[in-house]
Amino acid sequence: MSLIDSVSFPRSVRLPRVDGLIQWIVPLAIIAIWQLACVTGFVPTRVLPAPSDVVLAGWKLLLSGELVRNIWVSFWRASIGFLIGGSIGFAFGLANGLSQLSAKLTDTTLQMVRNVPHLALIPLVILWFGIDESAKLFLVALGVFFPIYLNTLHGIRTVDPQLIEMGRIYGMTDGELFRRVIFPGALPSIFVGIRFALGIMWLTLIVAETIAASSGLGYMAMQAREFMLIDVVVLSILIYALLGKLADSASRVLERLTLAWHPAFQKR
Amino acid sequence: MQTALRTSLPETGLASRANFAPHARVVREERPVHTSGLPLSIRGLRKSFGDNEVLRGIDLHIPAGQFVAIVGKSGCGKSTLLRLIAGLEKVDAGSISFGDQVQPEDIRVMFQEPRLLPWARVLANVKVGLGRDRASGDAQSRAEKALSEVGLADKRGQWPSVLSGGQKQRVALARALVSRPRVLAFDEPLGALDALTRISMQRLLERVWRDQGFTAILVTHDVSEAVALADRVLVIEEGRIAHDVLVNAARPRERGSVELAGLEGSILSHLLSADDRT
Ligand SMILES: Nc1ncnc2c1ncn2[C@@H]1O[C@H](COP(=O)(O)OP(=O)(O)O)[C@@H](O)[C@H]1O
Ligand SMILES: [Mg+2]
Repeated sequence: MSLIDSVSFPRSVRLPRVDGLIQWIVPLAIIAIWQLACVTGFVPTRVLPAPSDVVLAGWKLLLSGELVRNIWVSFWRASIGFLIGGSIGFAFGLANGLSQLSAKLTDTTLQMVRNVPHLALIPLVILWFGIDESAKLFLVALGVFFPIYLNTLHGIRTVDPQLIEMGRIYGMTDGELFRRVIFPGALPSIFVGIRFALGIMWLTLIVAETIAASSGLGYMAMQAREFMLIDVVVLSILIYALLGKLADSASRVLERLTLAWHPAFQKR
Repeated sequence: MQTALRTSLPETGLASRANFAPHARVVREERPVHTSGLPLSIRGLRKSFGDNEVLRGIDLHIPAGQFVAIVGKSGCGKSTLLRLIAGLEKVDAGSISFGDQVQPEDIRVMFQEPRLLPWARVLANVKVGLGRDRASGDAQSRAEKALSEVGLADKRGQWPSVLSGGQKQRVALARALVSRPRVLAFDEPLGALDALTRISMQRLLERVWRDQGFTAILVTHDVSEAVALADRVLVIEEGRIAHDVLVNAARPRERGSVELAGLEGSILSHLLSADDRT
């Protein structure tokens, strides 16, 4: 649960047992109505296949191994791109948050580059890398870089200076000060960056795979479009949504574990 | 430098307590006999921030184990003096000496804000106070002991965010005490607490000071707090120590007694008359 909704939710409204189920009511209802609309012919299956058809298409692709292979390729691209871009963004965020010199040297440049929408670079990236793996990794990494960089920097700059002074008074070395005061203080903001970055990661990957790829979920969707396999198109879209949700949930779990001290995450 | 209160006080018994030579009256019954405190000597201390000349020559001797309160108008340089004593600011001119070789652990400061690490449990926050001894084998037991001294042994595993303001400040006190400091400087440590919590914290401060015998320097804007706790009250005006008043009332002191109230009144009238002059 994010900081905001857990704060604004009064304790008494939460019913822990039902809580986990309640959020599924609306999506299940939507699927039921969708199925009904298709079965009754209210929505022609050329426009939108029934959920049952989508599941069936998924089952066939699963049996052929094609689905797992494409998901794996996309997942791999997303993770590696995220790791590369995230690490570089984190490193620059740390450097510029901790060192005035480093900030003076690079921050203005990075802020300028930030104004270039990274997807606008696709034609250039294709010229550079072709439709090679590196093209996708480059785009994902670039997209992920900025939210992580900006939020790490912001997190470090907004650590309470009184706490830093306290750490110094009590004789912490620079390393201890970073480990015990600065990094934990910046962590909530870093997580905001991670959540943003995960969204951008999937978006970038979808676009990149749709335009320039020979494997992956986006490629699978584009192939299906050529052969008018609308059920596979819808399936790819749903899998993207599912993967996005999964990444978000993973980051929330991590957030919950590492920010247990935060009032918003405490046992209620 | 140190004018006596007598000049402007009516001839009550209080006036005779005004102190001309603080060095002369070092030994007093209520002070712990075996003090672990350090004496403090300040000579010709000056400090400016840009054009703002905050301290314009402070001369002061604090005997070991004395409890000194510093009062003065807001912005008169109380915190600056305290931060200079604690080594948090650089001295422009003059000197501060402790009459002994001091270790960083010997001098501790407590601020108005508890400054606890929100991501460390209460006991871990207290351990921070051990400084370089953090890794030593008895760190755990020393931190636990300090926490019991402030009456929070049962909160050792809590996050700071669930504590009340007074409890947080007590954890901060335990963190300051855990290294057995010889000088403890307080910058309005109770300024943010409600009246009742304040009084119980004042009692706690007095108790640990009596138990441990450190030299205590308390900056406060509350003159009644100053006279209730301190052996001696310093009034800072225009960057100098304008008044240096001994408080001889026996401990434990009775709050609101005529004696303390009279002393408080005279110090307040000084603060206010300085206001009128400017
Ligand atoms: N770090 C600083 N930089 C510039 N001016 C400061 C700084 N610290 C204190 N001052 C100034 O010094 C004066 C005294 O401040 P301070 O010692 O905090 O007063 P007090 O604690 O008595 O209210 C104030 O005018 C304040 O603005
Ligand atoms: Mg102050």
